[in-house]
Amino acid sequence: MARTMAEKVWEEHVVRRAEGEPDLLYIDLHLVHEVTSPQAFEGLRLAGRPVRRPDLTIATEDHNVPTENILLPIADPVSRTQIETLRKNASDFGVRLHPMGDIDQGIVHVVGPQLGLTQPGMTIVCGDSHTSTHGAFGALAFGIGTSQVEHVLATQTLPMTPFKTMAVTVNGTLKPGVTSKDIILAVIAKIGTGGGQGYVIEYRGEAIRSLSMEARMTVCNMSIEAGARAGMIAPDETTFDYIKGRPHAPTGADWDAAVAHWKSLRSDPDAVFDAEVVLDADELSPFVTWGTNPGQGVPLDAAVPAPEDFADPNERAAAEKALAYMGLEAGTPMRDVRIDTVFLGSCTNGRIEDLRAAAEIIKGRKVAEGVRMLVVPGSMRVKEQAAQEGLAEVFTAAGAEWREAGCSMCLGMNPDQLKPGERSASTSNRNFEGRQGKGGRTHLVSPLVAAATAVRGTLSSPADL
Amino acid sequence: MEKFTVHTGRAVPLRYSNVDTDQIIPAVYLKRVSRSGFEDGLFAAWRANDPDFVLNRPEYAGGTVLIAGPDFGTGSSREHAVWALQDYGFKAVLASRFADIFRGNSLKGGLLTVILPQEVIERLWAAVEADPATEVTVDLVAREVRAPGVTEPFELDDYTRWRLMEGLDDIGLTLRHTDEIAAFEERRKPWLPVTQ
Repeated sequence: MARTMAEKVWEEHVVRRAEGEPDLLYIDLHLVHEVTSPQAFEGLRLAGRPVRRPDLTIATEDHNVPTENILLPIADPVSRTQIETLRKNASDFGVRLHPMGDIDQGIVHVVGPQLGLTQPGMTIVCGDSHTSTHGAFGALAFGIGTSQVEHVLATQTLPMTPFKTMAVTVNGTLKPGVTSKDIILAVIAKIGTGGGQGYVIEYRGEAIRSLSMEARMTVCNMSIEAGARAGMIAPDETTFDYIKGRPHAPTGADWDAAVAHWKSLRSDPDAVFDAEVVLDADELSPFVTWGTNPGQGVPLDAAVPAPEDFADPNERAAAEKALAYMGLEAGTPMRDVRIDTVFLGSCTNGRIEDLRAAAEIIKGRKVAEGVRMLVVPGSMRVKEQAAQEGLAEVFTAAGAEWREAGCSMCLGMNPDQLKPGERSASTSNRNFEGRQGKGGRTHLVSPLVAAATAVRGTLSSPADL
Repeated sequence: MEKFTVHTGRAVPLRYSNVDTDQIIPAVYLKRVSRSGFEDGLFAAWRANDPDFVLNRPEYAGGTVLIAGPDFGTGSSREHAVWALQDYGFKAVLASRFADIFRGNSLKGGLLTVILPQEVIERLWAAVEADPATEVTVDLVAREVRAPGVTEPFELDDYTRWRLMEGLDDIGLTLRHTDEIAAFEERRKPWLPVTQ
């Protein structure tokens, strides 16, 4: 029977299948960070259980870490305790850890692909919803809660009931200035934050095929914002080229065998998806959010919508509440919205290509008066590469702040936060109330829009410069 | 894990859709390494800033069943969201749609999330708002929600229901199959990466 890629990868990982029970799935790679793991390790300790496969587990410090003065002790004692707890747990249970200051430290979803640990056909989990990022390689990758983190540490498996499958096909060609971030924001606006609930999304079509590996990661990263736990893209030459030569990539005869297998994972031509969505890339333009969930987005050319524009009473009430929180008036052109802070970074858009794209716009220009721009590389390797390419200099010369690697202002667990009422253009993934700091207001944007906005001080695209 | 069979308690109507995990518990409360005391973070921003927020209203004090709008629990994978609801005293959440990861976490941890048609949620909201002393029964044994004027069945797979009713933890159940896990490990592709 014809099968989708998600179904093939699932089937390859079934350890045990019994009538009336969830499938027991084997997990090939478990990524760990400081926030969602302490109670899981404590659970193991209380039960006297070891980590079954420390050699399939890797930890990094990302959510809490400051992005300045990283060699000093962390000022916030609660954050410091959480980092110290991860270090003790990694050491007690034999888990490889990349701590602050280490060249392989960074956001967990940037580090995995960078090390070549993320490969097609794998099952990958992490106590973080943006684990969907790794699906860009054709892996089945999804976020889990702390109980499941403990379960994977103890057994290297998870009991799971199968997902449904959804194909999101993006035909055509993106116009200049339109990025993969705009694709995914448009997908979420189309299907809603609950549209993908219960599904694994497979992104396909000409516009997806022509994306770089890093741009594909941006798309899969935000699958969760459409409600889907996982998003996948079929592996192809772009995927293989990206993986080849990385520290944990297969070599020699293993490489050939791996590539042959990876090619077999693509969805069969006659595979049937439970749901299908089609978009035309030619019709897309830079996209921005106006509200407090990622589905509340419009093209930058549009105006802030009015609650009356929504037929569904729940959506109308949500729009009313969002506009009040965001301090926006219906009918205001999005381009007139003034910004205080620009955040370039996160597991969505904190990779080298994102920094290059933004640097190209900002080069020779200045961050507008009264605007703060924060550039936070996704990992220390990204930071190092950006420095070598002269990007760091471009940002600092423009008046932006050049920081160390981490999750930073995406969720404001470290000191990088918005003040109450401040408004950001952010390349991150969530515009929830208070996400970037108590009372902070977030507009989600692409790196290109972020850079242009930093220069003009209002939401802008490079074409406006 | 505490067993769940039948729970009856007063309800709290939360008339918001898309309640994300950053609202259920803001990130600043996730820094703890312990497993208890997360009730102070529950809906922290709304409780602090909005005197009319439903949990600030004395008539809803002591409620144990949360009745929420669609797409409850969207956002992050933080199980702290489940812990915050449980530590505050909630035993069950009723909504027409839940985010996947939140739902999975809740059913792992013994917080019963029940999917009901939005029309039934609306009737329950109306009943509870008319009389905050209204009691709602969430019956896992019969897979049914009952309140004055409402008797509504709900779906939950047999396996999850059994696990919740017995209060069983997944790890213990999986460890009974260690031989099968070891046998699977023998079959894994040789090129798959290791971290050490």
